[in-house]
Amino acid sequence: MNWTGILSDGVRAGLGINAAIYALAAVGLNVQFGYAGLWNFGQAGFLLVGGYGTAIAVSSWGLWLPWAVLVGIAASILLGLLLGVPTLRLRGDYLAIVTIAAAEILRIVVNSTKVQSVTGGPQGIGGFANWFFDHNPIARGRYGFGTITYDQRQLWVTLVTWVLVALASVLVALLVHSPWGRVVRAIREDEDAVRSLGKNVYSYKMQALLLGGAIGGVAGIMLVFDQQFIQPDLFQSAITFYAFAALILGGTARILGPILGAIAFWFLVEGADSFLGNAVDHNFLGVGHLVDPTQIGTFRFVLVGLVIMLLVIFRPQGFLGSRQEVMLGEQ
Amino acid sequence: MSNSSDAVPDPILVVESVVRRFDGLVAVSVDHLAVHRHTITALIGPNGAGKTTLFNVLTGFDRADAGSWKFDGVDVSGWPAYRLARQGMVRTFQLTKALAGLTVLDNMLLGASGQSGERIVVAPFRFRWRAEERATHERALALLDDFGLSARQRDLAATLSGGQRKLLEMARALMVEPKLVMLDEPMAGVNPALVQSLLHHVQRLRDEGRTVVFVEHDMDVVMSISDRVVCMAEGRVIADGTPEEVVDNQAVVDAYLGQRHARAR
Ligand SMILES: Nc1ncnc2c1ncn2[C@@H]1O[C@H](COP(=O)(O)OP(=O)(O)OP(=O)(O)O)[C@@H](O)[C@H]1O
Ligand SMILES: [Mg+2]
Repeated sequence: MNWTGILSDGVRAGLGINAAIYALAAVGLNVQFGYAGLWNFGQAGFLLVGGYGTAIAVSSWGLWLPWAVLVGIAASILLGLLLGVPTLRLRGDYLAIVTIAAAEILRIVVNSTKVQSVTGGPQGIGGFANWFFDHNPIARGRYGFGTITYDQRQLWVTLVTWVLVALASVLVALLVHSPWGRVVRAIREDEDAVRSLGKNVYSYKMQALLLGGAIGGVAGIMLVFDQQFIQPDLFQSAITFYAFAALILGGTARILGPILGAIAFWFLVEGADSFLGNAVDHNFLGVGHLVDPTQIGTFRFVLVGLVIMLLVIFRPQGFLGSRQEVMLGEQ
Repeated sequence: MSNSSDAVPDPILVVESVVRRFDGLVAVSVDHLAVHRHTITALIGPNGAGKTTLFNVLTGFDRADAGSWKFDGVDVSGWPAYRLARQGMVRTFQLTKALAGLTVLDNMLLGASGQSGERIVVAPFRFRWRAEERATHERALALLDDFGLSARQRDLAATLSGGQRKLLEMARALMVEPKLVMLDEPMAGVNPALVQSLLHHVQRLRDEGRTVVFVEHDMDVVMSISDRVVCMAEGRVIADGTPEEVVDNQAVVDAYLGQRHARAR
């Protein structure tokens, strides 16, 4: 068994582009779910709209990429408005149902051949992110330490995404530690109490939904930048659930929760992948009899799921959350 | 203006023909009700009389099937709860709504109205709201002190006892600086010594120029501080007058107080 290899595969992924994109998506969910208590099960839809908004603005309208990025963000804010207006006055579960359905519908719509001239249908769109990579200041080469290295292209997109994670987190930190954040956290506890104090609960819930959705849109934009390509399959519902897993792993309603959670999540996923690959090769603990090499991609999620289950049982607040807050429901 | 009930009537709240039905049940059917400014009005009546439902309708937490009501000269029928609260009509809940996951102090700070730091575009810039927050903080601490909760300011509201939550909810409502405070059973579950101090508070609210309506089952409490008493039964107002008038009213004795209380007087 190559234990250092397994570890470095895990670390490479934990610091890599996927972890950064999921961290961003989870920061958005943290605003919505962690602080405001909104059940957005369609974060994948916000990523999709951000990504497609940007790609289409470049490919169809010929916009300069930085403007196209703003179009993508505006599109995810618009999606938030469309989903929030009819649901945010209703009980929380309505938002959950509507967001998950919207994310699926969006994926089917952009896949449709009827809109192929705009979205590229199943073939998708490419080549819209050239401006981004043309402005890569990092010289050609491999960067990193030990066996954990990234080429100049990966490093550029990964660094930019982590910087965006940091910026989004600073903004969220400033907001939640303000009177605005106090209202939003109070809404999570009891909307009626907040209403009785003269706060427009609907408006605050909308603001939280839109802010979290816009951050999700940025995550989608970085996702398609990294791929230099956009197609419907990039926006499976699994994105939403992985981002939730990262958030819960790290701890909800904590600024660093989604970041630490996303790092841990991708460390676990790629670490488990590498571990299973090794274990199958070396028939470690008889794993070779249980799993054959073609099943590793699926089986690793069984391991990750097991780890998350154990965490929820023994540390329900995640790495950073407050046990007291999580246990309030018990009373 | 004097504080007594025989002053020139100057209603802050006037209710006309308000009806609320649940399926077949008529929970509230109030033809006319006026709450006079700078008075303490007790709302009494048997369980299920519609007291809480009337509170809910008037404060925008439930809709009326018919009727209208004016607050401070403005027709506010059908207004959403938050606008009514901003207008100066603030209520507490029979089933206490302390925000369990917030600290006692945060519960209080939340109550203050018109905070610029509550606007998302101002919130990230601490220097824009720091001074205001400090003033709110001072006001909150003074109130917590009055209500005997200042030692608990850093604790989560979840850790308070039931009676303490009642106190917190009332103190928090006062942070809004309401003109009319509507308290739904504020004394329920509060120990006798604290009840005395709460009563004192309620009286002070009136003396500060606010108006109080409170629902209460304890007739000793009702008799000791109310300027007026309104009795409801089966959704209707069956008596409205001075405390003495209402307890001697035969309909009130029949529907609520019972013979024992009537003889005792
Ligand atoms: N949401 C509701 N749905 C159906 N019926 C309701 C609802 N709320 C109240 N009721 C009914 O309306 C009537 C009045 O209830 P309400 O809570 O206003 O009484 P109350 O006077 O506050 O009583 P208590 O002194 O016990 O608090 C009751 O018969 C109750 O069952
Ligand atoms: Mg009641």
